[in-house]
Amino acid sequence: MMEITKDRIGERILLLGNEAITRGALEAGIDVVTTYPGTPSSEIADTFSKIAKHATKQDRDPGFYFEYSTNEKVALEVAGAASISGLRSLTCMKHVGLNVASDTFMTYMYVGTRGGHIIVSADDPSCHSSQNEQDNRYFALFGGAPMLEPSTPHEAKEMTRLGFGISEELKSPILLRTTTRLNHIRGSITLEKIKKPRKKGKFERSIQWVTVPSVARTQHPKLLKMLEKAEKISEKSQFNKIINVGKPKEWGIVTSGVAYNYVQEAAEDLKLNVRILKLGMTHPIPKKMCIDFIKSCKNIIVAEELEPILENQFKQLLYDTDCSVKIYGKSTGHFSRLYEYNPDIVISAFSKILSLKNPIKKPKDSDIKLPRRPPALCPGCPHRATYYAAKKAQPKGVIYPTDIGCYTLGREKPLEMADILLCMGSNAGTAGGLAVATDEKVISFMGDSTFFHSGIPPLINVVHHNHDVVITVLDNRTTAMTGHQPHPGTDFDGMGRSAKRILVEDVAKGCGMEHIEITDPNNMEETTKAFKRALDFKGPSFVVSKSPCILLENRDKRKRGEKIYVYEIDQEKCKRCKTCIGKFGCPAIYYDEDESVNIDPQQCNGCGHCAIVCPFEAIHKKGVKK
Amino acid sequence: MKDKTSIVLTGVGGQGVITASNILGKAAVKAKVNVFVSETHGMAQRGGSVICAVRLGNVTGPLVPSGTADAIISLEPVETLRYVGLTNKGTKIITDITPVIPFTVATGEEEYPDLSKVFKGLQNYGKLYKIDAAKIAKDAGALITKNIVMLGALAAIDVLPFKPEILLDTILESVPPKFKEINKKAFEGGLKAIKS
Repeated sequence: MMEITKDRIGERILLLGNEAITRGALEAGIDVVTTYPGTPSSEIADTFSKIAKHATKQDRDPGFYFEYSTNEKVALEVAGAASISGLRSLTCMKHVGLNVASDTFMTYMYVGTRGGHIIVSADDPSCHSSQNEQDNRYFALFGGAPMLEPSTPHEAKEMTRLGFGISEELKSPILLRTTTRLNHIRGSITLEKIKKPRKKGKFERSIQWVTVPSVARTQHPKLLKMLEKAEKISEKSQFNKIINVGKPKEWGIVTSGVAYNYVQEAAEDLKLNVRILKLGMTHPIPKKMCIDFIKSCKNIIVAEELEPILENQFKQLLYDTDCSVKIYGKSTGHFSRLYEYNPDIVISAFSKILSLKNPIKKPKDSDIKLPRRPPALCPGCPHRATYYAAKKAQPKGVIYPTDIGCYTLGREKPLEMADILLCMGSNAGTAGGLAVATDEKVISFMGDSTFFHSGIPPLINVVHHNHDVVITVLDNRTTAMTGHQPHPGTDFDGMGRSAKRILVEDVAKGCGMEHIEITDPNNMEETTKAFKRALDFKGPSFVVSKSPCILLENRDKRKRGEKIYVYEIDQEKCKRCKTCIGKFGCPAIYYDEDESVNIDPQQCNGCGHCAIVCPFEAIHKKGVKK
Repeated sequence: MKDKTSIVLTGVGGQGVITASNILGKAAVKAKVNVFVSETHGMAQRGGSVICAVRLGNVTGPLVPSGTADAIISLEPVETLRYVGLTNKGTKIITDITPVIPFTVATGEEEYPDLSKVFKGLQNYGKLYKIDAAKIAKDAGALITKNIVMLGALAAIDVLPFKPEILLDTILESVPPKFKEINKKAFEGGLKAIKS
């Protein structure tokens, strides 16, 4: 039995914030879970997937339906319909995933739902693993979604568990907005009983589900009414509370989410006398509670990461109540709209606002220059071989649009083959634009999961408008960057059941692509030829470079008891030409102090690509990797 | 006993820093001590810089304010030096002595600093303990237990707000039966290396 599915009520266990959300859903009797993987949200769904696979293996029903959907929009629609049919549903995604799902989201809010539906948005302040740091609390305001914001794993579990009830009471989906620091911290949570799900819902026909204009016009006022009811829930919510530190007099602090953790500790460490308004249900804010709080203070500090959403709402309340309370926050320059907060930032801001001596004593960094460790394509990654082969086909005068996935790492030296990147699926669209705007050759890259996610409509656009570009799919048969989740190109699904495999090249053919090259990047010579032919073709062409992710491949080899070989460099034959390091760039290869070039057997994954690129045949198989 | 304890674990992706932090967190739950474990790592699965913080006791925040770490446990010398901003003179710093050469150094873009200078530099930031975790782990039976050696070393420096036995028990519970002996040896090896 997996620890997370243990039913020992009252026991405390250590869980990752994301696992706590999964546990909360299990305790609420979750029926349907959908997602598209994305850091920092991935472990929520991956934990459901593990539970489901475990059950499938034992020929048991896990009790819930789970899928890795093709993209976030589809995920929201699948779970939305289940929820409309009365089932409890959860859809999780990273913040930018909600952009993809936003078309569905905005109207889903008009339509409402029946079974509870929690939409988890995992925001990423500081862009730890994202293309932007947008604050998705705006989506709650934008779409009219009630929103919960947990500060700790335990609170995340409780908000998920109780959130379904709120969603059902309001007949509306709700947002659970998290940030990386919540998703990726571990804390102890107290277990409650796991509830049995309902399994089958019933779709009851109603005009409200069909948003033709006449219906939409009657649903919008209902949405606003729902928010009035939500505000009443917010006023009474256990997640909105006032915490006194010391003997509060005239200072108050308003905070939410992860920032609360730093605020609480800073207030204690600085021995402040303040009352802290910790908001957990942040949309709608409990107006009456907030006004009472304002009236109990003369000065208020608002400490929230990213956008001044609470700060602006508190300023509105000041206008409405005619109170002369001073608000300190982003507008006074004490807090930033940028990046995630930390204890230093919060302690320093409080010290400045309250004219206290800043207690932070950070020792000066050492003068020694430290080498960086930027992320790189793994040793043995088939993408590196594809990149190398494509560059060989035409070394200069090519623009390389790229996409979201491991292959963004092709931006690094020595490959430098990532020139433009906006979001999931953007490669083929931007490729078309570059073909229109410039005279340069264009070779774009995307992964297989990205292709299914949002790469198909721009591919059709390229074909229909006859853009002279080469669109490449790096098909490694997995969603590698986020932790090897399956996708429509794999022959199994997220519950560990067999599934229909859809081939990338079949889709491209169906989209009208006439010139299609299918190649194995491990055969670099043939792959270079394939790129040459694709470049020579007038009009759109398509290259599918197929080789499994080396990490998965080696894992499977170990499982099957097959050997993994490592390579070594024959120092007699090596001419120090630096092709393997300086042009190919495998991170397992390094210079030694004596200037000799060597392969680290620990890091070598045995792909043998270096042996192919070496012009002097100085690299060969050495022995079995231990 | 201090009312809050902050332990920072660092190293390079693939060395087991996150696993070690997770075990430490589980041990705290077992000892009924309030705990937060945070992890920060870049996009790469392997080879990137990893920092975890384990905060114990009367804490609400998962991150360590600058200059307040009670201990830094590091599996890589340069990574130890990267996070000295968290130390004060009383911080106990345990570092493994074996460097992991970054890719940027392999390509000749950057340089790995002279190790003796790194260790000398570290001495300015707290009480430094150097440990050959690779050798101890190999002697125990598996290089992969380097992170467990470091937990053993941590158990020897008197910063944990619970008994070291609880940490060892938690380690042994988290590994398959056939690896229990190796992990026990690794833990004890780390502990002895600091005590002696």
